[in-house]
Amino acid sequence: MYDDRLVIAGREFKSRLWVGTGKYKDFAETRKAIEVSGADVVTVAVRRINITDRSKENLLDYIDPKKYTILPNTAGCYTVEDAVRYARLARAAGVSDLVKLEVLGDEKTLFPDTAGLIEAARILIKEGFIVLPYTNDDPIVAKKLVDIGCPAVMPLAAPIGSGLGIRNPYNLKIIMETVKVPIIVDAGVGTASDAALAMEYGADAVLMNTAIAGANDPLAMAEAMKYAVQAGRLAYKAGRIPRKLYATASSPIEGML
Amino acid sequence: MADALRIQVNGQPRDCRSGSTVGDLLRELEIKTERVAVELNLEILDRKDFELRSLKQGDRVEILNFIGGGGLVSGERRGGGRTHV
Repeated sequence: MYDDRLVIAGREFKSRLWVGTGKYKDFAETRKAIEVSGADVVTVAVRRINITDRSKENLLDYIDPKKYTILPNTAGCYTVEDAVRYARLARAAGVSDLVKLEVLGDEKTLFPDTAGLIEAARILIKEGFIVLPYTNDDPIVAKKLVDIGCPAVMPLAAPIGSGLGIRNPYNLKIIMETVKVPIIVDAGVGTASDAALAMEYGADAVLMNTAIAGANDPLAMAEAMKYAVQAGRLAYKAGRIPRKLYATASSPIEGML
Repeated sequence: MADALRIQVNGQPRDCRSGSTVGDLLRELEIKTERVAVELNLEILDRKDFELRSLKQGDRVEILNFIGGGGLVSGERRGGGRTHV
C-alpha cells in the first residue's frame, strides 16, 4: 500500500479515507476518532466565534494542521454568494487554498445545487483556490467541474447523513470513466461495506462524517472504516473475478476415483 | 468610556474606545489572531491589517474560526444501528 498514494493538485495523501469533524461528543473524541481512522484529510466548517464564552476551545488546538490537511468546507451555504464568501473567509483564516465547495439546493435533501456549484467553482478557481466540489452523482456535471479546473470531484453516495450507501453505482462508474481526475465519494455512507464498495468500484477516496460520529461506538467505526477503505482499494487493484451464473469447480477433476 | 463607539460584533452590539483598531478589539476579546478570519463591513481583512484598521461608529465586525463539520453541521443524535428505510 505504501506507494499507492493519492495525488490531488500536486499534494500527496497517504490515506484514502477522509473524515469530517462534526457531531462528535467533544473535541477529545473528535481527535481520537480521526487518529483511529488513519485519515490525513480532515474537513472543518467556518463559523462565528463565540465571543461571550471565550472558554470554548478551538478545534485546531486538537487537530494539528501540521499533521493533517485541513479542508475547510462551505457547509450550510445555499447561494453562490454565500459559498464564495465562506471560502474566502476560510482562506483568510489561514489554513490553505483548499476548499470543499458546497452549494446546497434545499434543506431537506441537502443535494447540491449543481448550477450554483459550477458558478461558484469558476469564481474561486479564478481566485486561485483549489476547489474540491461536493456534487451530485451526475457524470455531466462532474465533467463540467473538471473542465473549469477542479482537480478532483466529490460525488455523493446518498444524501448527507442519510447512511443509505451508494444509491447509484452505475452513475458513479460512469463518472469514473468520464473524468480523469480523482473521485472522492462524499456523503451518504452508512457502514463499512458501503465504503469498501465505493473503493471497489474505483473511487480514489471516501469522505465521511456521520457514519463514524453517529455510530454507537465512533472509535470502533472509525477503525472499521479504515480497514474497509483499505480492503476496498486492494480489491479494486487486485481486480475481481467476473460474475457467472453457474458454478466453476475450484478443485481439479483429474485424479478422482 | 468617554468617547465610546457602538459597533456590532458577530451580530451583538458592543462599545469600544474611539480610535480602537480591529487588533485592539481582538485583544479585548482575548482572541488569538492565528486561524481567525475577520470581516469588517463585509470586507475580509488581511491579518496584517488588523492593527491598521480603526473602527468607526456603526461598523459591523464578524470574527470567524474553524469548527467541527463534515457536510451539514447539526446536532443530530446517535443512531443505534436502526435503519429508517
